[in-house]
Amino acid sequence: MPDWLAHIAVAMPPTQALFGQLLIGLINGAFYAMLSLGLAVIFGMLNIINFAHGAQYMLGAFCAWFALDYLGIGYWPSLILAPIAVAAIGIALERLLLRHIYRLDHLYGLLLTFGVALIIEGVLRNYYGSSGQPYSIPRELTGARNLGFMFLPNYRAWVIFASLAVCFGTWFLIERTRLGSYLRAATENPSLVQAFGINVPRMVTLTYGFGAGLAALAGVLAAPIYQVSPLMGSDIIVVVFAVVVIGGMGSIVGAVASGFVLGVVEGLTKVFYPEASNTVIFVVMAIVLLVKPAGFFGRTV
Amino acid sequence: MTGARDGFPARWRVGIAALLLAAALAAPFLFYPVFLMQALCFALFACAFNLLIGYVGLLSFGHAAFMGSAAYITAYTVKAWGFEPLTGILAGTAVAALLGAVFGWLAIRRQGIYFAMVTLALAQMIYFIAVEAKFTGGEDGIQAVPRGHLLGVVDLNHSLPMYYFVLAVFLGGYALVYRTIHSPFGQVLKAIRENEPRAISLGYRTERYKLLAFTLSATLAGLAGATKALVFQLASLTDVTWQMSGEVVLMTLLGGLGTEFGPVVGAFIDVTMENYLASWGSWVTVIQGVIFVFCVLLFRRGVVGEIVDLARRFAPGRTEAPPPATVAQTAPGE
Repeated sequence: MPDWLAHIAVAMPPTQALFGQLLIGLINGAFYAMLSLGLAVIFGMLNIINFAHGAQYMLGAFCAWFALDYLGIGYWPSLILAPIAVAAIGIALERLLLRHIYRLDHLYGLLLTFGVALIIEGVLRNYYGSSGQPYSIPRELTGARNLGFMFLPNYRAWVIFASLAVCFGTWFLIERTRLGSYLRAATENPSLVQAFGINVPRMVTLTYGFGAGLAALAGVLAAPIYQVSPLMGSDIIVVVFAVVVIGGMGSIVGAVASGFVLGVVEGLTKVFYPEASNTVIFVVMAIVLLVKPAGFFGRTV
Repeated sequence: MTGARDGFPARWRVGIAALLLAAALAAPFLFYPVFLMQALCFALFACAFNLLIGYVGLLSFGHAAFMGSAAYITAYTVKAWGFEPLTGILAGTAVAALLGAVFGWLAIRRQGIYFAMVTLALAQMIYFIAVEAKFTGGEDGIQAVPRGHLLGVVDLNHSLPMYYFVLAVFLGGYALVYRTIHSPFGQVLKAIRENEPRAISLGYRTERYKLLAFTLSATLAGLAGATKALVFQLASLTDVTWQMSGEVVLMTLLGGLGTEFGPVVGAFIDVTMENYLASWGSWVTVIQGVIFVFCVLLFRRGVVGEIVDLARRFAPGRTEAPPPATVAQTAPGE
């Protein structure tokens, strides 16, 4: 065996660790995918980058935690109730604030939602500090199964399944249903769609609510994996922005695919060069900007 | 994204400038000098940021990277290598300039909100590097940085000489921004802001102008950070967080995007607020969020923008209407 090969052989981590990190990467990727999907849906319809997306994800997790700790409502009802609650907040937000700035430069939308994110995060941090609250895995999904080459915790398998289902469902809704076709048409030409008797402003409101609910759903799914903390949203949103820059916001498939791929890339980096695992997605982003400035699935804005 | 509101009627300007300068010279006898120095550093930081958003229309959401990395380099070179203050500040500023050139080179490939996201992500990379690198001291930062003697003569450990040094740095930086805005180069920047395709069709290589403006802005942000490191004798992770990047946006927005003096006013308001409300903990974050929302919805001209508008209206001898300076798309909704 040549020398350099021996080096690589030594550097190769045990498969257990490799698959473990791959799984963590897939889990992270699932959240990147769901969040960048929501950003893409909102951007498509409202033309704003929803900086509050991270805060809404965090709110979803907090709703689930509140429901369990104060009301005794368990994980499964929360999976429905928390997104509805956060979607309602989102709808109020759109009606009260966002509605007034559509005529302005896109950047104002970013600044406005940034302010909203600061408010939500600040309020929760004031009551719960920056430490996390634990949220236990629902009883039905505790334990793990042996796949032969690794142990797969049931809850993690569920998260990957659920996120794929959510992403597929959203794709189906937008690309394959009548409602979705109205939505896509309204993205292209709102006044024409309005002329056909479709209530475009209400569609915009509901889209924002849907995006916020999607973020909250990701938050509930994340609650048992990460700790429920006021900072969980801002930690993830910057990475999701990088994912969105890489994938582009023009297509749903692009947002989802780049989310999963980058999660895995991050996981693999943790195995081979752990020091860079926090920065690797940003490095990938820089490289993509160099070789393919428009992003992989992007349309230029 | 905002229009050119180039300030007060000319005849008022000299008087106002003289008054402000006198106030700045007298201020350390009336107020706590460290507070003033902090405000001046942030004011320079905000002016640097405003050069991009106000005059080129580029929203950088990662300016903390330049401020913070310059602060780290200055603190490290002064403390570990025994650089004298001026060389330390130059070293920090140079690194920020280099970083700005690289980030600008990457970020100007995308426009609008993508540009904002790219700068935010690149800055977050610097944050993670600062967390993990050895020389930055991780969570502790670099503490007890000696202020030293300026050029080996002036003892900066006394607060008065330090204050006047910081004031000089600020005035130098402000003058550079002022000259840039009013130079032919600055006119091209404004043309790019108003209508980039048109500037291209007129033969300007807009990406070069943008890159140069970005680098200049990063350099000045670095100068602010380097000076701040000496003022507080500290470089810490706070300076490289995205919250810091957001704060400079807030200062500029509050003071008036695209106004010459707005960022300074915004910085003083923000720093004052933070000092008075320090005991309120994260409610300060909430208040900042509320200010963001308020400014975007109802107060897009900012403090100075509104004052200038009033001054124009009441300026004696002016009969013509104030120029409708904003881009049609971004015209205030009122």
